[in-house]
Amino acid sequence: MTLAVDDINFLQKLLADRTGHVLNDAQSYLLDSRLKSLVSAQGFETVEQLVAKTRASNSPLLQDQIAEAMTINETFFFRDMHPFEALQETIIPQLIESRRQTQTINIWAGACSSGQEPYSIAIVLREHFPELMDWNIKILATDISDEILARAKSGEYSQFEVNRGMPAKLLIRHFDRNGSTWTVKNEIRKLIEFRKVNLTKSWFFADMFDIVFLRNVLIYFSVENKQRILEQVHRSLASDGCLFLGGGESIIRLDVPFDRETNGQTSWYQPVPSRKMKK
Amino acid sequence: MNALVVDDSRAMRKILRSILLDLGYQIIEAEHGLDAIEKLKENDPFEIALVDWNMPEMNGLEFVQHVRENSDHDNMKLVMVTTETEPDRMVKALMAGVDEFVMKPFTPEILIDKLRLIGVSVNAGNQCEEL
Ligand SMILES: C[S@@+](CC[C@H](N)C(=O)[O-])C[C@H]1O[C@@H](n2cnc3c(N)ncnc32)[C@H](O)[C@@H]1O
Repeated sequence: MTLAVDDINFLQKLLADRTGHVLNDAQSYLLDSRLKSLVSAQGFETVEQLVAKTRASNSPLLQDQIAEAMTINETFFFRDMHPFEALQETIIPQLIESRRQTQTINIWAGACSSGQEPYSIAIVLREHFPELMDWNIKILATDISDEILARAKSGEYSQFEVNRGMPAKLLIRHFDRNGSTWTVKNEIRKLIEFRKVNLTKSWFFADMFDIVFLRNVLIYFSVENKQRILEQVHRSLASDGCLFLGGGESIIRLDVPFDRETNGQTSWYQPVPSRKMKK
Repeated sequence: MNALVVDDSRAMRKILRSILLDLGYQIIEAEHGLDAIEKLKENDPFEIALVDWNMPEMNGLEFVQHVRENSDHDNMKLVMVTTETEPDRMVKALMAGVDEFVMKPFTPEILIDKLRLIGVSVNAGNQCEEL
């Protein structure tokens, strides 16, 4: 079934206003299937009815739910693998040297979805760096969606979710099993703070980050939004900090002062040293 | 590259075969551990074996123990593909020398990710999107 142009426009605009996502016409065929469960949860028969109700009522709750349903949340443990190897082999060892004085490491996972990414980071830290036990380690994990953040916070995953990407040895060590639900152990969970942040609005964090993961989310934004978000990330990143984007993402067309570092099979971005920057 | 698929279910062997075929493997099948030991003897070295746990004649754990006690197959990666998720039993299998677990049911992506994790060659395409 295809939606009327008018309804498609309405949904595209709603998504853009709420989340900053740009959905092109070619992607609009996805609307129907993504909204299906919300349609029935709200007691409607068709997407048209849901759209009509949302227009008539102007309900912010309904608008949020629609935006949430249209958003892609796909994620899994140790996604793309190589960034986590880079943390283990290069980046964390360097930070252990350079942060010896403060014994503090701040990490941010922006757009953390259901939490697999920040938990994977925390597991790398606990698994390979016992010397960080007494350090002040903070992983801030943020996302725009309340629903997905609640899931992330619970630390509970289905067998299917842990099957995807979580090495068996780490699963056994860092999760408790209850039937077919696996729950992240407390010593991992307590490294992470979950918070709601909309990347397309302005945000401010008290800490400067040593590592930022901002993966598989910028692809949904307009060029202007990408530019603005990366400028803000740049301001929140320590001068020797590292930014990871998704496996297929790069900043080639954008004007932000990052240098690309390539190491083995992965790349990350570091702020251009200020003496090299043109004013 | 040879891959050994050990499972008493013909349907499961078929699923595993089709995934591994796409990855460029030559697949040999066995119905249980004893059969698998025969297949190891008859063929060139295997890069990987995907092994079910509960099978007649010789189960997956016994097969793993046998393989790991025998230095001929040190380079072969062993992946248990099983419904077994009791952590204590998983620990036992890992100690016996299993490299990774895939819990049934699974998707091709899950299996391929796990293979990649243990450094088995999987030739998947890598598209790049510019921002
Ligand atoms: C595809 S997931 C990526 C998850 C994880 N970073 C990864 O790479 O596996 C994209 C996530 O971005 C979140 N997101 C979308 N728009 C956002 C926005 N404007 N601000 C913050 N998060 C947003 C979604 O809720 C979703 O959880």
